[in-house]
Amino acid sequence: MNLTLKVWRQKNRTAEGRVVDYQVKDISPEMSFLEMLDVLNEDLLRRGDEPVAFDHDCREGICGSCNLFINGRAHGPETGTTTCQLHMRKFSDGDTIVIEPWRANAFPVNKDLSVDRSAFDRIIQAGGYVSVNTGGAPDGNEIPIPKDVADRAFEAATCIGCGACVAACKNASAMLFVSAKISQLALLPQGHVERKTRVENMVAQMDIEGFGACTNIGSCAAECPVGISLENIALLNREFLNAKATSNNLS
Amino acid sequence: MTLDSKIPEGPLAEKWDKHKFNVKLVNPSNKRKYDVIVVGTGLAGASAAASLAELGYNVKAFTYHDSPRRAHSIAAQGGINAAKNYQNDGDSIFRLFYDTVKGGDYRAREANVYRLAQVSVSIIDQCVAQGVPFAREYGGLLANRSFGGAQVSRTFYARGQTGQQLLLGAYSALSRQVAYGKVKLYTRSEMLDVVIVDGKARGIITRNLIDGKIEQHSAHAVVLATGGYGNVFYLSTNAKYCNATAAWRAHKKGAFFANPCFTQIHPTCIPVSGDYQSKLTLMSESLRNDGRVWVPKEVATAERLRKGEIRVSDIPEEERDYFLERKYPAFGNLVPRDVASRNAKQMCDEGRGVGSSGLAVYLDFADIIQRTGANAVSQKYGNLFDMYAKITGENPYEQPMRIYPAVHYTMGGLWVDYNLQTTVPGLYATGECNFSDHGANRLGASALMQGLADGYFVIPYTIGDYLAQTPPTPVTTEHPAFAEAETEVRARIQKFLSINGTRTPDDFHKHLGHIMWEYCGMARSEEGLTHAKKEIQKLRKEFWSDLKLVGTNEELNQALEKAGRVADFIELGELMVDDALDRNESCGGHFREEYQTPEGEALRNDDDYAYVAAWQYMGDNQPEVLNKESLQFDNVKLTQRSYK
Repeated sequence: MNLTLKVWRQKNRTAEGRVVDYQVKDISPEMSFLEMLDVLNEDLLRRGDEPVAFDHDCREGICGSCNLFINGRAHGPETGTTTCQLHMRKFSDGDTIVIEPWRANAFPVNKDLSVDRSAFDRIIQAGGYVSVNTGGAPDGNEIPIPKDVADRAFEAATCIGCGACVAACKNASAMLFVSAKISQLALLPQGHVERKTRVENMVAQMDIEGFGACTNIGSCAAECPVGISLENIALLNREFLNAKATSNNLS
Repeated sequence: MTLDSKIPEGPLAEKWDKHKFNVKLVNPSNKRKYDVIVVGTGLAGASAAASLAELGYNVKAFTYHDSPRRAHSIAAQGGINAAKNYQNDGDSIFRLFYDTVKGGDYRAREANVYRLAQVSVSIIDQCVAQGVPFAREYGGLLANRSFGGAQVSRTFYARGQTGQQLLLGAYSALSRQVAYGKVKLYTRSEMLDVVIVDGKARGIITRNLIDGKIEQHSAHAVVLATGGYGNVFYLSTNAKYCNATAAWRAHKKGAFFANPCFTQIHPTCIPVSGDYQSKLTLMSESLRNDGRVWVPKEVATAERLRKGEIRVSDIPEEERDYFLERKYPAFGNLVPRDVASRNAKQMCDEGRGVGSSGLAVYLDFADIIQRTGANAVSQKYGNLFDMYAKITGENPYEQPMRIYPAVHYTMGGLWVDYNLQTTVPGLYATGECNFSDHGANRLGASALMQGLADGYFVIPYTIGDYLAQTPPTPVTTEHPAFAEAETEVRARIQKFLSINGTRTPDDFHKHLGHIMWEYCGMARSEEGLTHAKKEIQKLRKEFWSDLKLVGTNEELNQALEKAGRVADFIELGELMVDDALDRNESCGGHFREEYQTPEGEALRNDDDYAYVAAWQYMGDNQPEVLNKESLQFDNVKLTQRSYK
C-alpha cells in the first residue's frame, strides 16, 4: 500500500506545531500501525531528517503508552483497540491518514505525538490505593469475595491509563479514568475503609489538573480500547455524593 | 576472586528465618537519614521502592517511562505461583522449591530458591490486601490454574492480565509513598551510569529524556530493578524500550555478570510475519492448559498446507501428531518451556511446520471449545484470543492458533549474593535483572513471584544490614567521582552524535538480533558460536564508525536513546556468546548441539559445569575473566529431568 500521512510536528512543549505531509510506500497490510511509523522514521533518519517522536512500548495493547489520534479518533478506526494493535489491513491503498497527539490542556505535548500524562499519576497519588504496608496482611482467603463482585472489580481494574477517554471527550474530562479506579476499590471490601476520602481526594485532584467536567456524552467509553464501562462513572458519582453528604473529611 | 554467596548456615528450611534474625537493623528513627536509589519501577522496583519508603528510608525511584505503570511487568499474562496448597493437591513450600530447582535444570542456588518458595505465600496475601482482583471461585475463595513444569495447581491469576494487576498493585503502593513524600519519583529519566565512591555504589547519572539534561543523584545504596536483556535478540516478547544499559553500565563498573547465555525461548508466540516486524507477541503459557499442540504427521501434508492447497480442517484426526502428548505422556502439553520450544523447532526442522513460512506449529482449542463451549473459553482466555485475532486477522475460535518459539526472558543477569547484593558493595539487583533463582530455565508464573519476592520481602531486610553498617551522614554529589561519571556519559553521547555515518540504530540492532538468534538461540554449537563472535566484533566496529543520528542531546531524541542501548546490546551479545562457548553442556534453555541424549534431550555435565559463571569486566577490548561459584545440592538429587 502507498499512503499519505499528515503528521503533527511540534519541536517541544512551547513551540508552535504544524501538520507535515509524508508519503510512505510498500506498506504491508500485515504491519501494525506503529510498524508503519517505524518505516517512516527509518526513512526520515536515513535521509537526515528528524524522525517523528511518539510514545509506545509493549506493542501488545497493555502498557498504555501508545496514544495516537488517527483520522479524528482516539487510537484510530477500530473499536476496542490500542494504536499498537491497529493493523494496516484496516486501511486501503491510497488513503490519507491524519495523525495527531492527544489534545487536552492537562496533557501538554512533549514533542510531535508524545504527550505528558503525569496528571494521571498525580490523581492516583491522591488516593488510588488501599493504605496497607508490606507485611502483616491476612491470609488471602480470609476475605472471601463473591465471584461476580471480583469480576466487576477486575473489569474496572483493566484500565491501561492511556488517556483515550480524555482525548475522545469534547470536555477533555478524565471521569472514566478516575471512575475505573474508584469502582475497583469501592466494589472490593479491601477498599471500603477509605472509600470516602479516596473519592473526594481523587476528584479534587482531577479538577486541579485541569480536566473538564463530564456531560454524559459517553464518547470516552465508546473509544476506550479496553472497554471500561460508562457504568463506572455512575458509580463514581454515587460514591462522591455519598462521601460529600456524610463525611467531614474535606470541605 | 572468590565469590562469597553468603548463604546462611543451617538446614535449608531455617536459613532465611535465621538470617533475618542475624542481619543488623537500622533504628526506626535513623531510617530517615538514609537515601536509597531504586532504578526501574516494574514489579521488582516498585515493590522495593514502596516497601523501603514504608520502612522510613528516603527513596528516589527512576523510570524511563512517562509513568511507573508502563513497566513491562504489565505485560505478564498467565499468573503468579505460590505454595498455598489451597487446592489440597499436595503442594508445599518444598514442592515449589523442588519444581523450581528441577525446572531450572539444577543450575540455581538451593537457598535462594527455597526462600523464594517460602515468601511466595506472603506475596498473595499482600496483593489481595492491596485490592488486586485475582480470579475467584463461586464460593469467593481464590482460584488457581496449572502451569508448565508442575503437577499441582498453584498459579494465581487475573484472567490473562495478571502482570498488569500485580503491577498496578505495586504502583498503587508506590504512588501512596510518593504522596507521602517518602518517594521522589523521576519519570522519563534513564540511568546511564552508576557512580562508585571508594569502592561502593553511591549514586547514578541519568539523562532526562525530554530535555536531555544530565543529572547526578546520590544515595547510600543503589538498587537496580531494570529487567532482562532479551532484546539483545531484537525480536523478542520484551517491550521495545526494554534494555540492558543499566545492568551493563554496572557491569563495566565492577558488578559481575552471571550466566549471560541462559535465555528463555518461550514456545507459544505469534510467528514472525515479515521483515518489518518490530516485536513478537506472547500467547500465555496458560493456554497450554487447554490447547493441544500438533503438526501434521506427514511432511507431504504439511507442504500442501503451506502452499494453501488444503486447509487445517481438511486434516483428519489420525493424520495429526500431538507430539508433546506423544513424547511426554506424564506432562503432555504442560512440559517446561525449553522442552516445548525445542520440540516445536524439531518439528519445523523435520519439515512438518505450518503457516506460509513453515516456522509454526498449531495450538488447537477445538476440544475444549466442543467440551465447554466458546463462552467458557472466552471467560478464561478472552483477551488472548482477541489479541491473536487482531494481530493475525484469524479467528482462533474457528481455527487453531499458529505459534512459534520466541525469546522471552533472561535467566542470567547481574551476579548477586544471598542478600541480592552485587560484587559492588551497596549495589543491589532484584527481579529479572539478577540471575539468582531460575537456573538455566524459568518455570511459567515464576517471574512475577521472584520480582515481588525480591522487592516486598527480601530487599527490605537485606539492604538494612548494609545500611546499618554505613554511617548515616548525608551522601552528596560533591565527590569528584560524580563529575567524572557525568563527563564520561556526556562524551559517549557526543560520540554517538558525531559519527555521522549511514546506518540507523535500528538497523544495527536488527543485524545483531539476526546473529544472536541464528547462532546463540534455540540451538548452539561451537562452530556457530565462534562464527558469531567474529560477526559481533565486526558489527561493533561498524557501529562506532557508521552510526547515523540526527538532532541534538538537548531534546527528546528517541534515536539517540536507542543508539546507547544498541551499543550496550552489542557488547553484551558478545559476552553471551563467550558464556555459551564456555558451557560445554546442554542445560535448560542452553542447548549445545554437541551435548544431547540419544532422544535429543539436553545432556548436562554436572561434574564439570555445576557452577554459576560470573564474568568480570577487565577493560575495553580485554577478554572478560570467568569466576566460578560452584553450586551445592544437599536437598535435591541431580537427575536428568524427565517429563515423560
